[in-house]
Amino acid sequence: MTTSVTPGTAVPGETRRVVELTVNGVHRSAEVDVRRTLADFLRHDLALTGTHVGCEHGVCGACTVLLDGLPVRSCLLFAATVSGHSITTIEGLGQLQPDGTTKVSPVQQAFRDCHALQCGFCTPGMLTTITAGLAENPHPTAQQAVDMISGNLCRCTGYQNIVEAVLRAAELMENPDAPLPDEGFTADEHAKGDA
Amino acid sequence: MGQRYFGEPIRRTEDIRLTTGQGHYLDDIGAGQPVLEAAFLRSPHANARIRSIDIADALDVEGVRAIYLYEDLAGPVAEPLPVLIPHPALTAPRTPYALAKDRVHHVGQAVAMVVAENRYLAEDAAERIVVDYEVLPAVASLDMARAAERHAHDDVPDNISAHLLQTVGDLDAGFAKATHTLEFDLHVERSASTPLEGKGVYAKWDADDSSLRVYSSTQASTSVRAAIAAKLEIPLLKVEVIAPDVGGGFGVKIAHPWPEEIMVPFAAIRLGQPVKWAEDRREHFISASHERGQDHHVRVGFDDNGVVTALDVLFYHDNGAFTPYGIINPIITSTQLLGPYKPGAYRVDFYSMYTNTVQVTPYRGAGRPQGVFVMERTMDKIAQALGRDRAEVRAANFIQPDEFPYDQGLIFQDGRPLIYDSGNYPHQLTMLKDMIGWDSMGERRADAASRGKLLGVGMACYVEGTGVGPYEGAHVHIQTDGTVDVATGLTSQGQGHQTMLAQITADELGVPFEKIRVVTGDTRRFGYAVGTFASRTAVMSGSAVALAARAAKAKALRVAANALECNENDLEIVDGVVQMKGAPDTKIDLGTVAVLSNPLRYAFDKAAQAATQFQGVDDFDKPPVAEDDEPGLEGKDYYSPPRSTFASGMHAAVVEIDPETFDIHIDKYYVVHDCGRLVNPMIVAGQVHGGVAQGIGGALYEKMEYDEDGQLQNASFMDFLMPYVTEIPQKELGQLELGHQETPSPLNPIGVKGAGEAGVIPVSALIASAIEDAVGFPVDSMPISPNDLYRLHERFAAGELPHVERYAASPSAATRARRGAATRTKKSADTSS
Repeated sequence: MTTSVTPGTAVPGETRRVVELTVNGVHRSAEVDVRRTLADFLRHDLALTGTHVGCEHGVCGACTVLLDGLPVRSCLLFAATVSGHSITTIEGLGQLQPDGTTKVSPVQQAFRDCHALQCGFCTPGMLTTITAGLAENPHPTAQQAVDMISGNLCRCTGYQNIVEAVLRAAELMENPDAPLPDEGFTADEHAKGDA
Repeated sequence: MGQRYFGEPIRRTEDIRLTTGQGHYLDDIGAGQPVLEAAFLRSPHANARIRSIDIADALDVEGVRAIYLYEDLAGPVAEPLPVLIPHPALTAPRTPYALAKDRVHHVGQAVAMVVAENRYLAEDAAERIVVDYEVLPAVASLDMARAAERHAHDDVPDNISAHLLQTVGDLDAGFAKATHTLEFDLHVERSASTPLEGKGVYAKWDADDSSLRVYSSTQASTSVRAAIAAKLEIPLLKVEVIAPDVGGGFGVKIAHPWPEEIMVPFAAIRLGQPVKWAEDRREHFISASHERGQDHHVRVGFDDNGVVTALDVLFYHDNGAFTPYGIINPIITSTQLLGPYKPGAYRVDFYSMYTNTVQVTPYRGAGRPQGVFVMERTMDKIAQALGRDRAEVRAANFIQPDEFPYDQGLIFQDGRPLIYDSGNYPHQLTMLKDMIGWDSMGERRADAASRGKLLGVGMACYVEGTGVGPYEGAHVHIQTDGTVDVATGLTSQGQGHQTMLAQITADELGVPFEKIRVVTGDTRRFGYAVGTFASRTAVMSGSAVALAARAAKAKALRVAANALECNENDLEIVDGVVQMKGAPDTKIDLGTVAVLSNPLRYAFDKAAQAATQFQGVDDFDKPPVAEDDEPGLEGKDYYSPPRSTFASGMHAAVVEIDPETFDIHIDKYYVVHDCGRLVNPMIVAGQVHGGVAQGIGGALYEKMEYDEDGQLQNASFMDFLMPYVTEIPQKELGQLELGHQETPSPLNPIGVKGAGEAGVIPVSALIASAIEDAVGFPVDSMPISPNDLYRLHERFAAGELPHVERYAASPSAATRARRGAATRTKKSADTSS
């Protein structure tokens, strides 16, 4: 046996299987190790690194992708089990265009408008989850917006602006030209006790 | 003037890539390319000797490329990792080896490194390494460390790494002056930064060039670079370290070099192929740093008005198994404990203790949440003893607005005097009380009672030393197309530095925001830096960027004045164009100025033609580049402050307790925050939001649960309860409100103070205060779960805990005096004075 192997292809000792699936509208066929997670397959084999892995035990939700339109944890699925299905990742929601402009979805736009991300690591899972959530309920109340993201962890934002972004995305779906929300502090006092 | 950006809620430029999946986080680097992946075998024991390691079976796994043990290391890389911040009081510093030598000191310590074709195979092999351990009794808690019957390190029999006593004023005289004294214990448990992205390292060795490029998910790329160069004996200029997009830091990634930051490049050099390691969640729990665990004993003396005359604090800090970051956390606790107050005399004595647990280095707040917990609980207890309103007692102890700069008489974490630069605490308190309706809670209490709930209100104040030195620098480079490149050496983990620093540059230079590109944490672009910690980026790099932009602007005006044959004082830059003040038709594009600033022989493009040698020179007696000048339109400068800036804030919350289930619900949360001038209020508000959420996690949910053998029992997101959205009061539900006060810092050119950590600092203190107010018995240990609260209730019911009364603000000074006198009589029996 040779030890000269190419990563992501034929590693002796691993059981491999061919998967055929649609990723962001593109048909993909690949041979994968049966234990390779969907997250690793997307990230390392297809180089779609927009999907993030935060815990590898299905709790944080950063790896959430849409499987036939519904949110799933790609760290808990084997790539080999999704053959024949359609996957949407953050890259499939909307993209930077060659001319430098962006063509992004209302959810992505809302995240920018509302400062709904800081480090951006949980963001792909939030965006996919909210995309599916708004497809199901395009007019959520604030409480429904909270419920919509209640299975995803974020360590940066305290979720404040993510909840706001859910509502903003719903607004943008209705009216793409809705004015930007105010951001900052509700009570503001300037230069008291100036040094 | 063109548009001003400073102070505006400019939407982040980072978000364009981060919302489309185009970020580059550590584990994204090399995706789809042949990269070897590493897995580390980690100790399953908290304290053990390594008798032998057998790797034969592991080597059989297909795809394994190398397995490294301590015995494979030689020279500096075989020495213990550095003690980053030595201190005279740290008499027994201990740091690990990059791979365990013959001893492990905590569960999770790296023992062996496996490099394979992919992570799956590397883990397969790691599982087949057989290590024979002689297991020793573990020091698994502060109590066990203090008992010193077991030893975390054989050569530190008392388990004490450091002891530091600091005194300001005459403590005995302070206690003599006191009409009341109280004495009590306060306890804070361990939590951790827990960014959603763990640590990670990618290294690529260029054998042709004998150079190393390392990407690390770090908060300190310049220092990681220096450490790698020293450990692996590579000339510094042959090592590049880049912090890519980093998925959160919160302090844990300021510690360095991690064993993996040394071992991944070590392997990449030996194997001649890129090597990557991305930490998994369990690894992060058991091998990245924790923080917060401290036991405090407080003795306080005060007068009838609640004014503290003497404060005596003794505390024990759990530093875990190693002290790579010195004693920064307990130093911060001991100094920042004072908050906005000025006790008559203060003594603080701390012991930093070894336990066989994960090492402790700063986590957002870094010792401050504990210090504030101590001080604010003390204020509440004084109010209780005197029968006075908690806000009044705080106000009686405030440093007044006319007392700045205020010298606390201590040495801060930067080795410099603890002198507050500016602030206005009385006004902050007024703002907070107005927001919450502090003096009129009756209706809300009645409403809660009608629903069968117990309602409590709490508040807490803090002062945060931010923007510590020694320095940061920045480079501003105006390109010939009029765009501007800005670089600073410190790193970013989601704080929006790219946007915030561009705002400062845009205003200083007079260039549109969209023309500015900012790079942080890349040693190729800026080699001198300290790092991102202590809420220092806006203060340090913000100031450095402002100064560097001013230098670039001065040169631009000089070059333009020469071209326009006028005085540079008559010129201004508006929207990227240098123009005559009052005569804007006399103008020259900044890009053209950049062309002219670089006298050329060769025209590499059309713009460059203007600067070549036969395009006409105005003065043949002058050299093309003046003496002491240099070609190009650049500015570089450093900001090195005399001392830290001091941000401050006050939080209040309304909690509801279910008297049946002891469920703790935060109904309302209020913040007043002062970090001086705001570069971007949207980003600052975001920082506060996130800090508050982490604070609530630390107050109610997050706790590292070690068993008596030093095994971390909750090393997963299933068991370590990081809050979801449902646990955090939400502004969209009307549960959270932020207010901002602005007292500019006089110490830096842009008047800013740090904002990164503020939100987290007072949360445990005020939640404890609010719960106590609701249930009527003391809450002296955090975090607190419904179970904990139920057990306290049982003890209270059994008469083991005192009743905590509720006192409203005094209607008048006369009543206050009467109450004070009455309390003194009543309390004299149960206090020690």
